[in-house]
Amino acid sequence: MAIKYSQKVIEHFKNPHNMGQIKNADGVGQVGNPMCGDILRLYIKVKQNRKGQEIISDIKFETLGCAAAIANSSIITDIAKGKTLEEAKKITQTNIAKELGGLPPIKMHCSNLAASALSAAIADFLKKRKI
Amino acid sequence: MPKIYLDYAATTPVAPQVFKTIQPYFCQKFGNPASLHSFGQEALKAVDFAREKVAKFLNCQIQEIIFTSGTTESNNLAIAGVIAATSIKKPHIITTKIEHHSILEPLKYLEKHGCDVTYLSVDKEGVLNKKSVQQALKENTILVSIIYANNEIGTVQPIAEVGELIKKENEKRQKQGRGKIIFHTDAVQAIEYLNCNVQALGVDLLSFSGHKIYGPKGIGVLYIKQGTKIKKIQRGGSQEYYMRAGTLNVPGIVGLGKAIELIQSLSHKKEIIAIKKLRDKLIEGITKTISGTRLNGSKNLRLPNNANLSFAKIEGESILLHLDFEGIAVSTGSACASGSLEPSHVLLALGLSHEQAHGSIRFTLGRDTTEREINYLLKILPKIIKKLRKMSPIK
Repeated sequence: MAIKYSQKVIEHFKNPHNMGQIKNADGVGQVGNPMCGDILRLYIKVKQNRKGQEIISDIKFETLGCAAAIANSSIITDIAKGKTLEEAKKITQTNIAKELGGLPPIKMHCSNLAASALSAAIADFLKKRKI
Repeated sequence: MPKIYLDYAATTPVAPQVFKTIQPYFCQKFGNPASLHSFGQEALKAVDFAREKVAKFLNCQIQEIIFTSGTTESNNLAIAGVIAATSIKKPHIITTKIEHHSILEPLKYLEKHGCDVTYLSVDKEGVLNKKSVQQALKENTILVSIIYANNEIGTVQPIAEVGELIKKENEKRQKQGRGKIIFHTDAVQAIEYLNCNVQALGVDLLSFSGHKIYGPKGIGVLYIKQGTKIKKIQRGGSQEYYMRAGTLNVPGIVGLGKAIELIQSLSHKKEIIAIKKLRDKLIEGITKTISGTRLNGSKNLRLPNNANLSFAKIEGESILLHLDFEGIAVSTGSACASGSLEPSHVLLALGLSHEQAHGSIRFTLGRDTTEREINYLLKILPKIIKKLRKMSPIK
């Protein structure tokens, strides 16, 4: 099957948003494995907003992967930034793919990977806080 | 922005001389070569002329040339046709792990339908040891199919040596009154660069296409040595000596004939030398200036226009797209870009890890490649690799 990416995917791949590390991140989530070719790591900073809710104040990614994996990493940082943890947890594969103007069926798992990385980063934050 | 094409193994442009030759065969000389009237005879004459050129190039007889729609059809006809003609209950076929999908898929299908298939390994250089063919031979072996030059890594297999081995085996079999082993090679990547004299190679069947040799798409050849036990798989008219039914693709055939003529021209040898020089510059330039790179496949036993390199800690498709943004067209060994998530079976057969296989790029040069283009690539590529490595969580 031939692959065709949306303009949005290409834009995010070409100039990804929020790429890099956060030193002293409050939570880090990494998913994927080198076997399938994609590794995605998300760093989050968490703060309280005026209402006393915990929000993702900063988020960055590092990704080894194809264009879809990189575009998904970039867009999830845009989507999650400023969201409360409760809202961020609800971001699904479908939300992300929709924001990107769709993905080739074979690349849908990349969106799933991005959502999983965010969940992992939030879980890491919650775990660290308990300690 | 420059437009630089470094994917000649995927397809080649039609050579201007080829294009000029085929043009009259669309609107003016459009006859069906199977027709007895002047329109048909005019087309038949052109087909015969092309067939003679191909036969001369392969050093065979004209009736041994069967025109098909391309190498995929030729390979399917070779395999299914040999199986259709055998009376052996569970025939055995020998092939390699680095064949093109148009060989592997028909064989996988046959495995499900009662055939026994051996997939021979290659060494870490991507080259087959002929002894492994000898060792794999069984009582019920009827077909050996080996790719002449690999499409991904360009490694060249010892076809003539295997041909010699099979010839000896067949002499033994003949004395015992047993059927012969048929030897097929997929030569689609080899035609442009290597000796394809079928007598010297000792093959019974050989496949290739027009569009890899500056001819048109949709035309291919299966050479069938006279006396080979093979049956047609496509039924209909009596075209192609009853081996392949269907109206002949006259413009395609005419173009293929012209493309073959160009390969035999004197200037072609010079072109190959020039291409190899640029290819070597490309390999050296990349491996010396970018860390964590490796050349996949033998350095010497490979096509002069192929360079396949792995880049550690990044993914091939990302490199491909960034090069494309700069106007450079290449191909990836990581199957991500070709619609499957599995890394290349060829690179895995060399012993590369999944990570290494995912991070590889195939550069294939051609007649129009210039030194300026290679210099431009060597200037652009390190920046792209640096950018992607910076993005990677694996440092």
